[in-house]
Amino acid sequence: MTKSSEAFAKSVRAIAIEMVYESKSSHIGSALSIADIISVLYDRVMRIDTSNPKSSDRDRFILSKGHACSAVYGALFVAGILSKGEIDSFGQSGSPLMTHISHKVKGVEFSTGSLGHGLSFGVGKALSAKLKGLPWRTFVVLGDGELDEGSIWEALMLASHHELANLKIIVDANNLQSLTTVDKTLALEPLVDKFKSFGCRVLEIDGHDHLALETALEDFKGQSPTIVLARTTKGKGVSFMENSVEWHYKSPSLEEKNQALEEIRGLV
Amino acid sequence: MASFDRSIMLLVGDLGFSVVERFQQRFPMQFLNVGVAEQNMMGVAAGLASEGHKVFAYSIGNFSTFRPAEQIRNDIDYHELDVTVVSVGGGFSYGSLGYSHHLIQDFGLMRLFPNMTIYSPADGAETVQCMKVLARTKGPSYLRIGKPTYSLTRGEAIQGEGNWVFLTGNQGSKVAIVSTGTALGHAVSFQANNFGGEAAVFTVPIWGMSSKIKQLKFLSNFSEVHTFEDHISDGGFGSWMLEATSKMKQNPPRIYIHAIDAARTVGVVGDASYLEKIGGLHGDKNETK
Repeated sequence: MTKSSEAFAKSVRAIAIEMVYESKSSHIGSALSIADIISVLYDRVMRIDTSNPKSSDRDRFILSKGHACSAVYGALFVAGILSKGEIDSFGQSGSPLMTHISHKVKGVEFSTGSLGHGLSFGVGKALSAKLKGLPWRTFVVLGDGELDEGSIWEALMLASHHELANLKIIVDANNLQSLTTVDKTLALEPLVDKFKSFGCRVLEIDGHDHLALETALEDFKGQSPTIVLARTTKGKGVSFMENSVEWHYKSPSLEEKNQALEEIRGLV
Repeated sequence: MASFDRSIMLLVGDLGFSVVERFQQRFPMQFLNVGVAEQNMMGVAAGLASEGHKVFAYSIGNFSTFRPAEQIRNDIDYHELDVTVVSVGGGFSYGSLGYSHHLIQDFGLMRLFPNMTIYSPADGAETVQCMKVLARTKGPSYLRIGKPTYSLTRGEAIQGEGNWVFLTGNQGSKVAIVSTGTALGHAVSFQANNFGGEAAVFTVPIWGMSSKIKQLKFLSNFSEVHTFEDHISDGGFGSWMLEATSKMKQNPPRIYIHAIDAARTVGVVGDASYLEKIGGLHGDKNETK
């Protein structure tokens, strides 16, 4: 069951590496961190018609940490929504694929780049579905550093107050942000307790375990929004990129790209 | 509107006492108090609008604009969503409450957004006309409401964004007095005190970035234009008009901006007419010439 999403994730990682290398852009560490989350969502959990990504009954996905977009663009390619030509244009002049996620791209709901926006937007969507009695779900991926933004907590309060059980929030908790660890920047733990005190259900899992991811992402029990606190590793899948602030910013050299791809090919 | 268009949602930031209750009681499923959380309010408004709702997001002026400016820019304007940001308290409507409630820099912010249309009606009658336009148009909008200084006998039908609506005076005059929003009373007084009724007075209730070039059509009829606004001159309505004249190939009119000097009013307590006078916005003899 997890074999297909693991293969999906392998492809997403490889494509993200290629995209970031060709465009000489940043944020590969963040993309690799969420590759498994995104793959399980697109391959196993979300109800999307890949031949009609705008179908009205689709599940909605919002990447609030928009700088990790190469993982989502990679997933859209593997799912057959984006073409190779579109992927190859990433970050190039005139391309709709800017190096933060863009709603001008097929299959993308919302542009983000400034942190702290995606969850409020997702709450609006989830609220709409609830008001209209529609069954589609809303998934929002946040970063843990992003939790510094006050607007996130405003959105959580509103979501739990209005019992938006159709909203699934996934926190990519890799404990790294711009300059150092999350713990040293602005200590957030105990996150599980914080989220619960804001009226949310919390499922804490290994964010690279596909079985755990699928179980948690499909779990919509109860009356509250659910937060999947996914403990992850920044740069996961490439040994020299893992747990490194530097790889938030760096673009790989040709040699580094080839080494990364070799490691990814070796992933089970 | 809400009874005919069930997609309409009114969001409030925990404000609107004695104003919003009737709407809430009549349309409970179309009303949402998001609490004192304006950034979230605008993000939620964008999310709702992305699913087909026509959203009005309401608060006191600076709270609905400066606080969530990034959400208005990135989430509403750049996604071209059907959200109307509603500000109450235009100008010095809440004068004695202090500068946190003085809405005198909002045009400068909201007119920076490429898809934003500004609705600044002079009074209740013009507000009704603005709402008729809002009902039939989609897209990011800014509705600014304040205390009227002049009552229009009836709101003139508004033909479109950027149009000048003639109010009073001599339409053939080479001098125009152009007001937006609740500064209209000063514009009318100014005309009487300085031109004896011979200048032409206009109101411009709907304007924005996309209708700046249209101003050339109106400006070309005049050699002298006085603009009025309960806002500072920097980045305001008069500045917008002045910028339009830079596109005129020949004979641009001389523009005189009648606005508020913010430096004179920070920390000063008083009602709207007192603060406007202190701030240099009045219809007395011309100070700008």
